Amino acid sequence: MEILMSILIGFLFMAAVYLILSRSLLRIIIGTGLLSHGTHLLLLTMGGLGGESAPVLADGITDYVDPLPQALILTAIVISFGVTAFSLVLAYRAYKVVGTDNMDLMKGNEDND
Amino acid sequence: MSLIFAIFLPILVAIVIPFLFKKISSIHTGWFVLIVPVVLVGHYVTYISAIMDGTTYIDKFEWIPSLDISVVSYIDGLSLLFSLLITGIGALVVLYSVFYLDKDREKLGNFYVYLLLFMSAMLGVVQSDHLISLYFFWELTSISSFLLIGYWYTKDRSRFGALKSMMITVFGGLMMLGGFVLLGIMGETFSIRELIEQAPTLVGQEFFILALVLVLIGAFTKSAQFPFYIWLPDAMEAPTPVSAYLHSATMVKAGLYLVARFTPIFALSEVWVWLVTGVGLLTLLWGSFFAVKQTDLKAILAFSTVSQLGLIMSLLGIGSISYHVTGDLVTIFTFASFAAIFHLMNHATFKGSLFMIAGIVDHETGTRDIRKLGGLMSLMPISFTIAMIGSFSMAGIPLFNGFLSKEMFLDATLSLQHFNVHSLESWWMLFPIVAWIASVFTFVYSLYFVLHTFRGKYKPDLLPKKAHEAPIGMLISPAVLAVLVIIIFFVPNYFGNTFIKPAVAAIQPLAYKVPADVGFHIKAWHGFDSIALYMTLGVFLIGFLLYKSIAKWTPIYGMLPARMSLNGFYDWLMNLSDKGANRLSSSYMTGSIRSYLIYMFAAVIALLAFTMWTKDAFVINLTNLAPIQFFEILISVVLIISTITILVTKSRLTAIISLGAVGYTVALFYIIFKAPDLALTQLVIETVSVALFLGAFYHLPKMDKYEKGKEDRLFRLNNFLIALGVGVMVSLIAIASHSQKLVKSISEYYKETVYSEAGGGNIVNVILVDYRGFDTLFEISVLTIASLGIIGMITVRLAKKKGDRKVENK
Repeated sequence: MEILMSILIGFLFMAAVYLILSRSLLRIIIGTGLLSHGTHLLLLTMGGLGGESAPVLADGITDYVDPLPQALILTAIVISFGVTAFSLVLAYRAYKVVGTDNMDLMKGNEDND
Repeated sequence: MSLIFAIFLPILVAIVIPFLFKKISSIHTGWFVLIVPVVLVGHYVTYISAIMDGTTYIDKFEWIPSLDISVVSYIDGLSLLFSLLITGIGALVVLYSVFYLDKDREKLGNFYVYLLLFMSAMLGVVQSDHLISLYFFWELTSISSFLLIGYWYTKDRSRFGALKSMMITVFGGLMMLGGFVLLGIMGETFSIRELIEQAPTLVGQEFFILALVLVLIGAFTKSAQFPFYIWLPDAMEAPTPVSAYLHSATMVKAGLYLVARFTPIFALSEVWVWLVTGVGLLTLLWGSFFAVKQTDLKAILAFSTVSQLGLIMSLLGIGSISYHVTGDLVTIFTFASFAAIFHLMNHATFKGSLFMIAGIVDHETGTRDIRKLGGLMSLMPISFTIAMIGSFSMAGIPLFNGFLSKEMFLDATLSLQHFNVHSLESWWMLFPIVAWIASVFTFVYSLYFVLHTFRGKYKPDLLPKKAHEAPIGMLISPAVLAVLVIIIFFVPNYFGNTFIKPAVAAIQPLAYKVPADVGFHIKAWHGFDSIALYMTLGVFLIGFLLYKSIAKWTPIYGMLPARMSLNGFYDWLMNLSDKGANRLSSSYMTGSIRSYLIYMFAAVIALLAFTMWTKDAFVINLTNLAPIQFFEILISVVLIISTITILVTKSRLTAIISLGAVGYTVALFYIIFKAPDLALTQLVIETVSVALFLGAFYHLPKMDKYEKGKEDRLFRLNNFLIALGVGVMVSLIAIASHSQKLVKSISEYYKETVYSEAGGGNIVNVILVDYRGFDTLFEISVLTIASLGIIGMITVRLAKKKGDRKVENK
């Protein structure tokens, strides 16, 4: 399963990078979203996908899934949500002020280089 | 007065000069400055008799003891001679400048601060025994020289000349630092005296030749040797006292000093001998040849300085042959060192006076263009006399000291016949012939300089001012130097014993233990069997004929195109580095974020792929894998389909919903892989995110409106290849790292102690708030900052400035 997940994560990364390289601001932010999904899944996969039970203590069970990657991912999800929300609003404001969402046009001009 | 204090005395005085200039405006500031070199001359004169007996003095100031860096002042024959030149001519130059610079129109405060700074730096250079402090003072001379050349900073030519000299001498200085560091590493000491003692063991070492070449580049740039001489003619934009002081008598001799000082170390290699001699002779010939072409008085003197420095340099080179011979030959070749130091002293006297005369002519007639000058002899008789003494000495005519050193020079080049030059019997002939030709040209330009300026027809209509004799104060300094020129001719051996022999003993410590051992005697008359005598007569004869026919053969200078010259090359190089750097950076700094992302991703791919390839890092291990179940495959397929939908869709709504689908599928993965808290969080956050996306992009245009047409296919292909590379690398690294787990997880500890230590059952939550609570604290801060930022962005609207341009969107 880990091999399969690795390939799937690679695919997510590929799609994310492709989107990030495009000109539209919206596609770039969607790309960052995919990138964080890929990263979270990678964290989980690298911790190992075996294990009998969820990491909640229960009688008679000894084989728990590794809890540490889960804690790390939980932190990462929240942080990436904060950053995504911020960049979304930033993009919205940028579109309102500058009037474009084309990254090639948002280069500045001779005067403010 | 301690030696270190003497070095820094001019700098200390320089601190109060601006106050004196501001507060006491009735007295020319130069009078106060004059005290410094006069005191120092008096100080150094007291050392003469002891130095003649072979005593040396040393004074040390610990600067950075932990790195073994100190300012060490070491006085032997060589450094004493230079110190006396620096302070003596310094005193004369300050006196001259008092009359040359107007106290009401010039910024004298600046001038004298720079000049005193330079004096300290120069004393430091010639007295330093520590390589690092030598370099420190060396660069200080470059900087103060830069300031002095650019003294009239409102003139373009001054700034150009200052910058050019700075570029070239600092280039050389840095090379020299490299050589010093290599020397210091090889000898494990930075003290020159200790390095000289170790010289025999240094010769064979790997970096010896490199250190030699680097130090020589430093010396050649400073002493204006070929091909680095080009800064010196442009430095003539400086006020004349500066040209006289820095660019004839002292700073340009720093390179010669360096060569002389390092001779006991580097002369053990033949590379040194031939580089120093060859470059010196080439510079001599080149400088004397091009001096004739010049029309500016100071430019003639500049090229003449270049050529005379080449002469001294080649003599130092011939002198260092003495390290390669035995028996009587040692004496024959050390004679060249003797001649070098003797001519160095002579040159300082006559060139200093000539520069001052050029300044006087400029001051009293308003021009330095030799084509406009003429017939000044009767108007300026004293200046004419001094100029004549200086030029005749430069030409090597008897009754003046230049004659003595020129004879010694010709003798020294002839002595090369005793040294088997690369096993070719007749090679040595080249050196005296080149020296002879250069002497002829020297003769020509010396006559040209003095006779074209002072004889011939007076052309009052071409001159900006009516010519008249200079004030007496301005004439004192050149007159003193001119008198010295004659005195040295009549009692050369007094100067030889007092100054030259101790200096030669310092250059040739192997041959002479004490100065008294140096047994040379300078004589003006060698007898009829001296070849040098006939060579000198030939110089006079041919030189005089060439001078008479000067108008006929000068057109040959027009044959060399200006672009082929070294100045042309310098300009081309400066232009190239300027424009080239500009073009290079604007070629990749496009300002488009996509370009930078491509560089970054490409670098990531290349570095990772290279590392994996060279380290053979890809390992795949199929044991210890979790089993694959049907649900997992199903969810994977859903994930892939929704991702592809994002990629291909044209509508933003579809894209946002597909992104939501990817998020929910990821949540399903969390459920399958037994991570309930993650699944909960992921579901909630994905919902909020999708809502945000929908809200924020309601107004945005369709997604792929820019990706159309033929050009865009290439655009997309590029992006796809980069993206594919990143994806493949991530997969490969994930598989490889999962296949080679080296240590067990520390999670066993959490699982065992979660209840007994922390009192909780949900291990993930206990990790978040108990074991690793700090992470959570700052993650809360991140959320707070993000929400405050969002509020700020939405509510704070700065008023638009007038004239702000909108980026056009069409």
